[in-house]
Amino acid sequence: MDKTRVLIVDDESDFIDVLATRMKSRGLEVDTALSGEEALKLVGTHDYDSVVLDLAMPQMDGLETLKRMLVLNPSLQVILLTGHATVNKGVEAIKSGAFEFLEKPVKLETLLKYVENARERKAALSESHMDEMIDEIVKRRGW
Amino acid sequence: MSTQPPDDYQLPQAVRERIPRYRRVLLNLVIVPFLAAIIPLLILAVVNYQQDSDSYLSENRYELTRLLSSTKRSLQFAIEERRALLSLIARTKSHVELGDESHLKATLRDLRETFGDFVDLGLVTSSGRQSCYVGPYKLQGTNYAQEDWFQEVSLRGVYVSDVFLGHRKFPHFVIAVTRELEDGDFYVLRATIDTELLDRQFFSLDLAENIDAFVVNQQGILQTRSAFYGDVLSNSGLTIPPNLREQEIIRELGQQKNRLLTVGFSYVEGTPFVLVTAMNSLPPFQHWLQKRYDVFFFLIVSVIGILIVVYWRSKRIVTRLREADTERARAYHHIEYTNKMATLGRLAAGVAHEINNPLAIINEKAGLLKDITGSIPDFPKKDKFIGIADSICTSVERCSRVTHRLLGFGRRMDLSKEQIDLESLMNDVLEFQRTEAAHRDITVNLDVAEDVPVIESDRGQLQQVFLNLINNASSAVQDGGRIDIVIRHPNPNEVSIAIKDNGSGIPPEDLAHIFEPFYSTKGEAGTGLGLSITREIVEKLGGIIEVESEVGKGSRFTVNLPIEKVQ
Repeated sequence: MDKTRVLIVDDESDFIDVLATRMKSRGLEVDTALSGEEALKLVGTHDYDSVVLDLAMPQMDGLETLKRMLVLNPSLQVILLTGHATVNKGVEAIKSGAFEFLEKPVKLETLLKYVENARERKAALSESHMDEMIDEIVKRRGW
Repeated sequence: MSTQPPDDYQLPQAVRERIPRYRRVLLNLVIVPFLAAIIPLLILAVVNYQQDSDSYLSENRYELTRLLSSTKRSLQFAIEERRALLSLIARTKSHVELGDESHLKATLRDLRETFGDFVDLGLVTSSGRQSCYVGPYKLQGTNYAQEDWFQEVSLRGVYVSDVFLGHRKFPHFVIAVTRELEDGDFYVLRATIDTELLDRQFFSLDLAENIDAFVVNQQGILQTRSAFYGDVLSNSGLTIPPNLREQEIIRELGQQKNRLLTVGFSYVEGTPFVLVTAMNSLPPFQHWLQKRYDVFFFLIVSVIGILIVVYWRSKRIVTRLREADTERARAYHHIEYTNKMATLGRLAAGVAHEINNPLAIINEKAGLLKDITGSIPDFPKKDKFIGIADSICTSVERCSRVTHRLLGFGRRMDLSKEQIDLESLMNDVLEFQRTEAAHRDITVNLDVAEDVPVIESDRGQLQQVFLNLINNASSAVQDGGRIDIVIRHPNPNEVSIAIKDNGSGIPPEDLAHIFEPFYSTKGEAGTGLGLSITREIVEKLGGIIEVESEVGKGSRFTVNLPIEKVQ
């Protein structure tokens, strides 16, 4: 099985460095971004199984980043992580297409579990996407 | 943030404590002005009464004095007339003439022609023997030498006796005079007089019914008939004042049967008789009431009027005082509560925001410590290191629970109004819970009646409420437990949302307090703010939240919300 690829986006470098280190030590492939813009660039060029995204960031905030990411890659599985959670934002995030909404601080095991779930879901989505594509090709070609 | 304190804070404890004080204030407010108004009135009435009573009594006295002096004059004159006549006879007739029975008889007849009340006539010698007698009694030869009257008449030359019952039970009295002879001897001329003479003095007075006039002797024995005291020779019971040489003596003898008895005494000089006049009149107070009933009526009406007005005004003042106190106590509580909540809110939001990020870093660094320690096989004191790192993580978790609650608590309640479909809102909320529910095998069942309408309320706040309640429910149930959410439309103005779990339930002693801020049954695991925030929000939205619970069977929280938010 391929390594799970994760992008961590947060304006606290201390936080993402440690988190990245710990995830890497558990066999994940981790990229980090300190801002939304940086993250969008990475999403445009890489295929991540899951993105861990901080909601409260200077300039472009988490929700905005989330929406733009999904425009770039609709099958992206984004886990929102925030220290300032409100139900409203949570609901908005879920509605905007986030996979999960977690409150800081979170246990690494929990986060990893969700990352794993996200990967599975993405895989499932890709499969159904593949099936759809195959169906379409079959229909179009008249096989 | 709620601007209304919860119900418990609205009880004006301070006001209830002051209830006895209000009574005292009322009493003071009534008594002082009442007395201030009533005392001058009473003084006025008393002075008026006093004056009236004084003049009334002196009128009575004057009436009796006038009667006494006029009656005494005529009484004295009548007795004096008879004495003078007797003296004249004694002087003009010789001893021999008077000693002759037929002559004496003729003299008595002459006397009777002049005054009909002469009964008999007798001549007594200086030795005390009655030497000659004419009249209805057999008194010829009686010796009076040892009698008091004889002693007195021989000493003073004249004597008038008390009244006694004589012949045929007619009351009489005696007049005796002496005649000195040239040889130094003397004799006494003695006559008996019918007391009709005395009675006659009063008949002519034509006295009013409440006035009586009569004669007593110095022992108080009646000498004439009295309308008040009875018949002749009975004891009047009056204490006769000693003869002080005053013209008249007037005494108020006190009240009997609501009548004041005033009695006047006057000694009739030269006789043992005391003339008495008595007046039976209304006591001064009754007289005052009768005569000045307008004053009395005015007094009573004033007292009642003043009392009513004073009481009415005072009652109003005290009521207002009490209302003001209540209002102030309530406002004070309100400010206190609002300030507390606002401070807490600001603090909470700040703390949560600032602390969660560093907490996350601490958490990750401690995790990294564990990772590193764990990855080196022969790390010295490995277990201790991992234990320390674990306890850091546990503490971080505790901190984060607090900050998350505080965040919810500190959230401002700027209500917005939206059309809300409760079913979809509930599904949104349940979305948060789905992973945990699946993980712990908790069955969550949502049952929405078909007639539940769209309501107008604040979406974010409602989500918070239901999230709190569902979180509570899911922490109350065991793994494999069940949560039922039932949404109904029980009456035209309300919807009700019941969240029922089959968890551990809440003991009755806790049930009363679970909505209070900082009251937690979860021990260290809870901040004690969840349900207080929940209730605060529900009330802000115009709803009510209720709880029923049975230990071991579970709890049911019911939220009733208005269909339209009432401002």
